[in-house]
Amino acid sequence: MAIGTALLSAARTPRGAPAAIVLVGVVFAAIFADRLAPYAYDMQSLMQANLPPSAAHLLGTDEFGRDLFSRILHGARISLGVAVTSIGASVALGLVFGAIAGYAGGWADRLLMAVVDLTWAFPEILIALVLIAILGPGLGSTAVAITVGYMAQFARLARAQIIALKGETYIEATVGLGAGHAHILLRHLVPNALTPVLVAGMLATGDAIVLEATLGYFGLGAQPPLPSWGAMMSAGVGQMFLAPWVIVFPGLAIAITVVAINLYGDALIDALQIRNRLREG
Amino acid sequence: MLGYFVRRLIMLLPVFLAMSAIVFLIVHLVPGDPIDHMLQIGASAERRQELAAKFGLDRPLVVQYALWLKAALTGDLGEAIILKQPVVDLILANLPYSLALGLSALLFSTVVGVSVGAAAAYFAGSWFDRVVMAGILMGSMLPSFWLGLLMILIFAVELGLFPVSGARSWDALVLPVLTVGIGGVALIARVTRAAFVEVAQQDFVTLLHAKGLTRRRIFFRHLVRHALMPVVTILGLKVGWILGGAVTVEYVFARPGLGSLLITSLGQRDYPVVQGCLLMLGMGVMLGTLVGDLAQAAMDPRVRDRMS
Repeated sequence: MAIGTALLSAARTPRGAPAAIVLVGVVFAAIFADRLAPYAYDMQSLMQANLPPSAAHLLGTDEFGRDLFSRILHGARISLGVAVTSIGASVALGLVFGAIAGYAGGWADRLLMAVVDLTWAFPEILIALVLIAILGPGLGSTAVAITVGYMAQFARLARAQIIALKGETYIEATVGLGAGHAHILLRHLVPNALTPVLVAGMLATGDAIVLEATLGYFGLGAQPPLPSWGAMMSAGVGQMFLAPWVIVFPGLAIAITVVAINLYGDALIDALQIRNRLREG
Repeated sequence: MLGYFVRRLIMLLPVFLAMSAIVFLIVHLVPGDPIDHMLQIGASAERRQELAAKFGLDRPLVVQYALWLKAALTGDLGEAIILKQPVVDLILANLPYSLALGLSALLFSTVVGVSVGAAAAYFAGSWFDRVVMAGILMGSMLPSFWLGLLMILIFAVELGLFPVSGARSWDALVLPVLTVGIGGVALIARVTRAAFVEVAQQDFVTLLHAKGLTRRRIFFRHLVRHALMPVVTILGLKVGWILGGAVTVEYVFARPGLGSLLITSLGQRDYPVVQGCLLMLGMGVMLGTLVGDLAQAAMDPRVRDRMS
């Protein structure tokens, strides 16, 4: 099934439909955050600090009197933006490494995969902390950390797809017709290997949102006053007992988004019938 | 079995060297000269050379790495810049707390994960199966630091059942273990359930039914043995991830431990401590994976043979 058709048919399943609606809503909020938000994300009003949810402030305010709803809308832009860009870069790099390793075989394969497997052997959070130790805290370092932390997964998956496809008769026929390596790899192998890697990338975006939030909560990701979902909670933890909504709502935003990504991704895997191909690698 | 153990150790050596080299390089990859961090403002050029010689920073990088690794392996990880103590002392003081949390979480994940997974398989398709499996799966997707904070709000603040933070008594371990454990429980329950369902479809099970054995007897006497193999495999692969979960959760509960130490030191750019913690945590993950592999090989001779 073509990926476009699959995206639609996944959105019509009982699991996929609510998830798709939530995801469209979150993306909409991220894009139009500055128009939808009733207040500026950094507008302080100390007279209105730590207010509970009300009509004026739908989700309450934080320790500086900033409107939590507005900050969560802007947070969608940052958290989603960082996760999507970094996973995009990670998928692209993983595809390049995996495709070359799988197609070339031999020592090139062993060398590339040895590098890739080094990150595969350790939890993503540890790899992220190593990179942040080198690059220093910040949103850019977070993006690099996510890109490197998840790359092994995509490289291994791409490599397994390429190796499986390499033995197909139509590839042999293409070789017989005198096609060059670049042509075979770029025109025939990579396009056919792409779908499972892209779907794995989509699922990993959920994990990346969680990793970004975790680093933000540690104070190692987005820096104040930027309202990433994790960084917001980092600032709010001091007032947690006084104003628990500062912890509850940003976390809920993460939870809803991540669960929606996983549910929709799962429906998509079924629609494309690629569950077995995803297990390779 | 001994041969397998030795082969696994040899395979881990390059990973260890690469991991430790990267940890070593942190100080050199950070923008700026490491000596600049140690020198006081206005220090003379002689003082700079003196310090460079003292820390061996005037020698080739490979030599520096070898010396650093040798010192690290003999228990000398340098001195903390902010805390002004030997890094080894800091690590030794924090290690027991991390071990207690990591191992309790591992035990909790395994026991609860296997029980829930087996129960879900026994009642496959029932509301229990669907609701419980979906619930823990959803719990495992959430950021663990947020789950930790919610547990503090609910169980420690509202209900007053457990301490909010710290590690002064045993019950301070309950909420952190639950927080770290949910991911492990989800993983193990899923694998256990799938393994039971798969084994139940094999021919020998049909035969057991035909022999007239009760469903319960088949389940507990025959299925369990076969179904636990994949669980040991996944535990071996993911033990590092379960232990790694402790890194984030310690910080949330303000518990002492390697994770808390690492995150605090990262914020303060106290690089010797950062290096020491990362080296220890990296070795911890590798050791966990090794133990997992050995457990699997001890249970399944095919794993041992595959390696030779």
